[in-house]
Amino acid sequence: MSQHDDGETGRQPPLPRLLLKVNPIACDARGLCIELLPELISADPWGYPIIRSGPVPLHLQPLARRAVAACPTLALMLTSQPP
Amino acid sequence: MTARDWAVPTGRPAGPAPGELRLIVRDQPLSLAEHLDHYGPLSADQLESDALIAAIERSGLTGRGGGAFPAGRKIRAAAEATTRPHHIRFAGGGAAKGSAANGSVVVANGSESEPASSKDRVLLSHAPHLVLDGIAVCARAVGASRAYLCAGHGDASISRFLTGAIAERDRARLDNVPVELIATATGYLSGQENALISALNGNAPLPTFVPPRPAERGVHRRPTLVLNVETLAHIALIARFGGDWFRTTGTPAAPGSTLVTVTGAVDRPGVREIPLGTALGEVLQRSGLNQPAQAVLTGGYFGTWLPLPAALAVPVSDEDMRAAGAALGPGVLGVLPEGACGLAETARIASFLAAESAGQCGPCRNGLPALAEALNWIAFGRPGPDAVGLVKQLADLVTGRGACHLPDGAAGLVRSALTVFAADVQAHLTAGPCARAAGPAILQIPVRGAQ
Repeated sequence: MSQHDDGETGRQPPLPRLLLKVNPIACDARGLCIELLPELISADPWGYPIIRSGPVPLHLQPLARRAVAACPTLALMLTSQPP
Repeated sequence: MTARDWAVPTGRPAGPAPGELRLIVRDQPLSLAEHLDHYGPLSADQLESDALIAAIERSGLTGRGGGAFPAGRKIRAAAEATTRPHHIRFAGGGAAKGSAANGSVVVANGSESEPASSKDRVLLSHAPHLVLDGIAVCARAVGASRAYLCAGHGDASISRFLTGAIAERDRARLDNVPVELIATATGYLSGQENALISALNGNAPLPTFVPPRPAERGVHRRPTLVLNVETLAHIALIARFGGDWFRTTGTPAAPGSTLVTVTGAVDRPGVREIPLGTALGEVLQRSGLNQPAQAVLTGGYFGTWLPLPAALAVPVSDEDMRAAGAALGPGVLGVLPEGACGLAETARIASFLAAESAGQCGPCRNGLPALAEALNWIAFGRPGPDAVGLVKQLADLVTGRGACHLPDGAAGLVRSALTVFAADVQAHLTAGPCARAAGPAILQIPVRGAQ
């Protein structure tokens, strides 16, 4: 694993930290995100996503983007946190 | 000499001295004339925006609706959003239909949907003109073109009374920005800031998923300043007497006075004004605490239990109560006597909160009833050995997973009950519900659909 894999900023240059968020009002527990990104998203007893805290590791960012794009209720989102 | 110089010929008038009541000065409501006689008029000088916001910042006033957010910072943010050019504030969004093109919106939140609290209603029915002064002051400070006073729904007498107070000011041509009285919808969440804005925009009175923040885009898509009515009453006094005067009571870290609602096992329940930092024991004594009590519910049904007598020395201020693991919230103090069961009280409140869930967010809609049921099982049923583990697990599961803080509040309340009433939990687990659990409720639960 490279130094950047935990999403922490390396020595240089600072990388944007991406956070996965869910709009709990829009979320309808369709479960696609849980299928596509089990590394970061698990289901609660009612099928709603529980997102692991912390920034999205670099190597999972493409998968995270795919999960966001696949969400049928547009509830899942990636937001950037300034480094 | 200009007209402005005449307005305050000898500097600021002296405000109420330390120890004197500031907000509710007598049992009867003050008419506009009596109000102006007691506090003096607001001069244009005192309404100057920059100086006023600076005075509120210097005062250290924090929001009295429960959030304890610095009021000055909130007002400055709204003022800055109002003056920012429209195209920078939100790209692409045109001005909303039917809204004022310029100016922001001030919302006075007197909804007080917390069932255990009555301080906002008591304030509005005794000192309406302090609140209305506060609205006028803030409207001026943030450049508002509209103002709303939202007060509890279903109480026709207070609505009539406030309509009369607003009319009194209209006749005196006191306010530049008209104040519209709005009856808040019923329900625990209706007074929540975003739910209130949603209702004012003609939508369901339910919490929304932020952002945008109200200060950026709230009512009619305008920058919106939402303040609790008590916060506004304090602002009316800061505008008159200054930020330094505000700090002459309370403590350096928690300046000023606050209204609290004392309920439960006291001889004189009700609303009183106290200097922030007063010891909890002193506040309860003044309300007539005359029997051994085991705990006090702080912050309302959304709040936290503190054990008695251990917590009697805790100063009543947001910061001190946070350090003690609780929060002042909207100022509710509910005293639980020795003869009551804290688990039964908490289980009833947890059921109430579960029923009040707006049902918008899955974890809250499913999790709060499950959490309430698990706690009710301990309080009134035959709990298995894992009962406490299940309650803790459900509390953790719902925390932070709603659009509003209802699930967090319910989880916090239940967690504090498990800690403060730990001995009762053990007794219930081994021998079933205690005799006290069958007793009458100390903290009253509103009946849904009733007023």
